[in-house]
This record gives sequence, structure tokens and C-alpha cells, in this order.
Amino acid sequence: MTPHTFLQGLRAGIPIAIGYVPIAIAFGLLAKSVGVPDQITILLSLFVFAGASQFMAVQMATSGVFVSEIIFTTFILNLRHFLMTASLGQRLEPTSTPWRFLLAYGVTDETFSVASLQKSHVLGKSYILGLNLLAYSFWNIGTWVGLFLSSSIPSSIQQSMGIALYAMFIGLLMPSIRGSSKVLLVVVAAVIVQVLLSSMGWLSNGWRIIIATICGAAVGALLFREEESPHE
Amino acid sequence: MNSNLYLMVIGMCLVTYIPRLLPLLFMQQIKLPAFLERFLRFIPFAALGSLVFPQVFFSAGVENWFPATIATIVCMVLAWFRINVVIVVLAGIAVTFFVTKAPLPW
Repeated sequence: MTPHTFLQGLRAGIPIAIGYVPIAIAFGLLAKSVGVPDQITILLSLFVFAGASQFMAVQMATSGVFVSEIIFTTFILNLRHFLMTASLGQRLEPTSTPWRFLLAYGVTDETFSVASLQKSHVLGKSYILGLNLLAYSFWNIGTWVGLFLSSSIPSSIQQSMGIALYAMFIGLLMPSIRGSSKVLLVVVAAVIVQVLLSSMGWLSNGWRIIIATICGAAVGALLFREEESPHE
Repeated sequence: MNSNLYLMVIGMCLVTYIPRLLPLLFMQQIKLPAFLERFLRFIPFAALGSLVFPQVFFSAGVENWFPATIATIVCMVLAWFRINVVIVVLAGIAVTFFVTKAPLPW
């Protein structure tokens, strides 16, 4: 079954929405508590749409850090999306340039992962739009809720929800690992690199993800030369 | 401070959007070398691996690494059996919550 309809995209976005809402609420609450003006917080979710860098920005903005430094850190943190859209672009159905401008706007770790781990090789533009739009909407709704919530969510519940997006990534990844020893090897290679870099402790997580992703994918590309797709 | 913050939003928007956009614009009609094509096909799996580990163990706060680890294992087992992703997500949240709350010596 080729995922191609807008509705299928919306449905595939549900686990992302569940994961985004508590994080976006936490973002709104944090921004408010450190004194970032509400309109800036709202604009960040509307125009940046990248969780980790938004948290970083509101924390740094109120501690007297140069704006140029915040922008540079954001660039490093989100550079991995370059690799992701490059990969996604190979599987997108033939699409006009305006559509590509639109679809690129909604590429996050989460939307990329859900779209990429679809069984079919070719991905429909309406499907990706539906997926991105649901994720984007809930990220923004959550931000507003966080801003206008009078009291904080109990911290134990909020803490427990921090695992939501990781759980989604695991939910997407395990069936692929089970179906392919090549995928397993690529994942293990990437995780080993990531853990090694983490234990050294002198690279930011943005760089670590980029390097580990490149290493893992390169191991797969070097070892498995035959022309079959890992998606089968 | 306010005009600086607007500048920050614009700058962050550009440096986030441009890397998301460029590959989609310029890699559409090009026939890539076979190696690069295989490399790009493996990107999702490598990216997922490096997004999850080891960060997932600290996702409920560094001090709650134990509940998060139990939840990770539960999620991996459920996902292995191809349980719906929504259920895996909800199970992850629930297990983290209840193991954190459980009156046991960790």
C-alpha cells in the first residue's frame, strides 16, 4: 500500500502529536518563566519549528548571550535535517518546486522518521503534507497552552512524558531491525559512534547526531553493495 | 532587547529552513552515484539510532535513568512484535511514570 493521501498522513502523525504536546507545553511554560515575551515564543514555534533549538534559544536569550551565537548554535543543532531531507528527497514522488518549499518547512526528526519508515519506497506529497501539518499544528497548539496555562503540570507527569518521542522512534525502528540484519548493523554502528562521542563529552549533541548518522549510513553503504532496498 | 529577539527569530528561521530546503530543491532530477544512493537509504536507520541512544535513558531526568531504562526495554519488546506506535508511546509514558512512583529502593 502506497501512503499517498492527506488523510493517511494525518493519521500517521498521531504519535508525533502525542509526543509534541507535552514538550510544547513545557516550552511555553519555560519561555514564560524566564521572561521571554509571549509573541516571541509564539513566533519561534511558528517560524522555527525545531524543539531543541527553541528551548536553547529561550534559555540563552535571557542570559545575555549574543543573538549571533544563538543563531549559530541553532544552525549546528538543526544541520542534521540536511541529511534527512536529502534522504527523503530521493523517495518523494515527482513534485513541483512550490510543493518542495512547502514540504521542506515541516521536516523534523519526527516527521522524517515516520515518513522514512513507511514500507513503500515512493512517498506521496499529500501524505507528507498531512503528516507535517498535524505535527506542526500540535506543536503550536501546545506552545499556546503552555503560555496560557496558569499552573504547571505536575512534574512527575511531565517528566514521564519526556520519553514519548523516543518511544515513538523505538516503535518505528524495531520492526525494521527485525526485518533486516543490514538495518541492525547500521543502527548498531551509529549507536556505537554516538555513545563513544558522548562519553568523550567535547561535542554538542547536534554534532554527535550528524557524525553518528553519517558513520552508520556509510557502514551500510560500504558493506551492502547489492542493489536491494533496505525497505523491503 | 525586543528588536534583538525578533532578529533572533528571523535568523533561527533561516538557518533551520535552508538546510531543510536545499536538498529537496537541488537533488530532485540528479542521478546519484550508487554509493550515495545507498548511503541516503540508510540515513533513516542511522539517524534513529543516534537520536535515541544514549539520550533516551536520561529523558525523564538524569536521576530517573532507571525508570527510563525499564520503559525503553518495554518499548523495544512491544515494538519488536509490531505493536502500533501509539500504544508503544503510551506504554513508554505509563511505565516511566509508574516505575518512578513505585515504592521500591531505587
